Amino acid sequence: MKILVAIKRVVDYNVKVRAKADGSGVETANVKMSMNPFDEIAVEEAVRMQEAGKAKEIVAVSLGVGACQDTIRTALAMGADRGILVETDAELQPLAVAKLLKAVVEKEQPNLVILGKQAIDDDANQTGQMLAALLGWPQGTFASKVELGEGSLNVTREVDGGLETVALKLPAVVTTDLRLNEPRFVKLPNIMKAKKKPLDVLKPADLGVDVTPRLITLKVQEPPKRQAGIKVDTVAALVDKLHKEAHVI
Amino acid sequence: MTAYSAPTRDMQFVINEVAGLAEVATLPVYADQDVGPELTEAVLEEAAKLASGVLAPLNHPGDVQGVRIGPEGVIPADGFAAAYQKFIEGGWNGIGCPAEYGGQGLPELLNTATEEMWNSANMSFALCPLLTSGAIEAISHVGSDEQKATYLPKMTSGEWTGTMNLTESQAGSDLSAVRTRAVPEGDHYRIFGQKIFITWGEHNMTANTIHLVLARTPNAPEGVKGISLFIVPKFLVNPDGSLGERNDVHAVSLEHKMGIHASPTCVMAFGDQDGAIGYLVGEENKGLAYMFIMMNEARFKVGLQGLAIGERAYQAAREYAKDRVQGRPIGVKSGDRVTIIHHPDVRRMLMTMKALNEAMRAFAYTVAKHLDLARHHPDAATRQHHQARVDLLIPIVKGWLSETGIEVASLGVQIHGGMGFIEETGTCQHLRDSRITTIYEGTTGIQAADLAGRKLNMDKGESMRALIADIEATIEALDQASDEDNLATIHAELSEGVQALSDATDWILSTDNPSSVMAVSVDYMMLAGYVCGGWLMARSALAAQSNLAASKEMEFNNSKLITARFYAEHVLPKTVGLLHSIQNGGDSILALAEEDF
Repeated sequence: MKILVAIKRVVDYNVKVRAKADGSGVETANVKMSMNPFDEIAVEEAVRMQEAGKAKEIVAVSLGVGACQDTIRTALAMGADRGILVETDAELQPLAVAKLLKAVVEKEQPNLVILGKQAIDDDANQTGQMLAALLGWPQGTFASKVELGEGSLNVTREVDGGLETVALKLPAVVTTDLRLNEPRFVKLPNIMKAKKKPLDVLKPADLGVDVTPRLITLKVQEPPKRQAGIKVDTVAALVDKLHKEAHVI
Repeated sequence: MTAYSAPTRDMQFVINEVAGLAEVATLPVYADQDVGPELTEAVLEEAAKLASGVLAPLNHPGDVQGVRIGPEGVIPADGFAAAYQKFIEGGWNGIGCPAEYGGQGLPELLNTATEEMWNSANMSFALCPLLTSGAIEAISHVGSDEQKATYLPKMTSGEWTGTMNLTESQAGSDLSAVRTRAVPEGDHYRIFGQKIFITWGEHNMTANTIHLVLARTPNAPEGVKGISLFIVPKFLVNPDGSLGERNDVHAVSLEHKMGIHASPTCVMAFGDQDGAIGYLVGEENKGLAYMFIMMNEARFKVGLQGLAIGERAYQAAREYAKDRVQGRPIGVKSGDRVTIIHHPDVRRMLMTMKALNEAMRAFAYTVAKHLDLARHHPDAATRQHHQARVDLLIPIVKGWLSETGIEVASLGVQIHGGMGFIEETGTCQHLRDSRITTIYEGTTGIQAADLAGRKLNMDKGESMRALIADIEATIEALDQASDEDNLATIHAELSEGVQALSDATDWILSTDNPSSVMAVSVDYMMLAGYVCGGWLMARSALAAQSNLAASKEMEFNNSKLITARFYAEHVLPKTVGLLHSIQNGGDSILALAEEDF
């Protein structure tokens, strides 16, 4: 079995994100970037399947600027066998990503695609679902447990009411939730080996996909700063303020 | 308790832009390793995860619980064995070891950054692989092929650990007094004696421990010329590599220490029954010379511990200063109280900690680069040049970084105020842990004596002059760029500092009375340290300034430039005072009679 894992390069989860001064987006220049944590879980799950003898090859795919190669190398160090970068400086929205991934899937013919349920930068939570729809494949989203059978897959999903288990026929798309696994610490020798694993670079045009954004970002701004509190003298004054100013009662 | 977050940004800046990884990367030995900024980042980021996620959380619990000894031997603090397993599974133990024995063969420059992390995260833990790497170093330099094949692969992977058994109760700084005996018996020796202060001398984290032991053979000459080096495995190793009989070497007690509580400091008994089986390393009576091979490196690594603790203490103090609300800004009588980072004296302390740490890092990593070039440069004369620089700088790295680390850890306590004196805060541990660094692997006094006595006299000050010339080249570069206000200040202060170093060197070389030189040798070593730190902060400032001119990473580079200026204005002036003290000589230090004390 062949697994394709999609990974995204995002602002590191430890970084305090800042809006650009012109409101056009989030500041990413000279900001520490790393693999989207949900995608790390996706890579880990694929590697565990391979270690259990259930998968033969893992291909890590990322889409975006040239520096995404570093993110792919991390996936290779975790255990993926080879990487594909679809390189573009253009802004990629979930639909464009799903279309690009579909083209890569058609080229690579994996039996399973695993990706994070969402990326921590835009929190869109759309790519996996769109990809499954475009491919006409079954999807198991927000997976907290994945059991691989013969040509099928049981995915336990975290839903509002509790846990739901769905059976999917392969090929399928799985998106990962936080509790699926705990990604491993990368071993030093594997960092060295990762540098020698194959990494192909494609362009969106090679895949015949138009990545023009469909949505326009109007403005990105930081949350308002918290205002200092005030002291009130009486309960009546408090009630009055809660009613008239805070509009909560 | 604050978490540890590895300063990977500053580490990469120092590795790439101050020490100069590019120069190391061109060495033929690294030709197919692709050693560059990308690999550096990948290695540091992954090491950082292990340091902050696995080792750092065990630091305080390990300090509180400590180690125990019972009939079954020494038991490390909870979690240490599992953490050690993760550490060796990650391949980190062999990062700098040759590929021949399963290591990764990466440059010392990268290795040094990971070692800083292990020691910041958990110094007690880090001592275990530190000692193993010293033992690996000795065996690879002077061991027989058979010894290398028997011990190095498992020590490189970390499946076995190593120790250094030098000290005896009457033989500390003066190893000529070693009394442990080695009696020949067939192809091996029987070792009898007791060693003290043996770090990680026994534990159950690995299947075997390989002790390197200094002992005297029968009829060996008196003093240092009669000491030999032996390999004494805890479990004897069968010809097929499997473990055989338990050797007659045991930890008989543990020391109760001021710090590094989770590192077992053992009293080791050799030969309580029939004698511990030991194998001679190299030739008889050359043990001390062999020990010095690994001593250089061990001294370098202890210096690094000063930086590591300083960094951890700074991170704790920084978080506390940003969180603790106390008082109002100076001159403000009413309104909201502020966090203590708003108070000028807290700023002074934080800036001092930050500047000293960054200077220590730039200095230690630069020495690591020289170590790489001294070992692996294809040209013998170039190797020699870098080795001379290493030999000169090692006592300064060990002495100055360890002394400075204590100062930084102490400032960390001070910033915490009353809470700093309370154990639960965690900052006491950094100060207690740091306190050993000026003592083991040769005290500060020993380092200073090595520098002002041995190293300066060995070549009549030639290596020191070469260093001063390099510093003057940086001053020249600063002069060219001195239309920038910060660089102009650094230029002025560093010029004064290097003049002080030059004058102090002249004084030492021209003073005939060795007692007088020894009496001010620590002042000289510290002076040299402050100037080296100032030099490399100046080079950091030049790199930062050119990055700023190219609009690269404004915040980081601006912070670096200001920190370098602070160092120049508030740390470098110490050199003038030290010079004064040195030139006054040792008269008043030595004038009183013994009974006057």
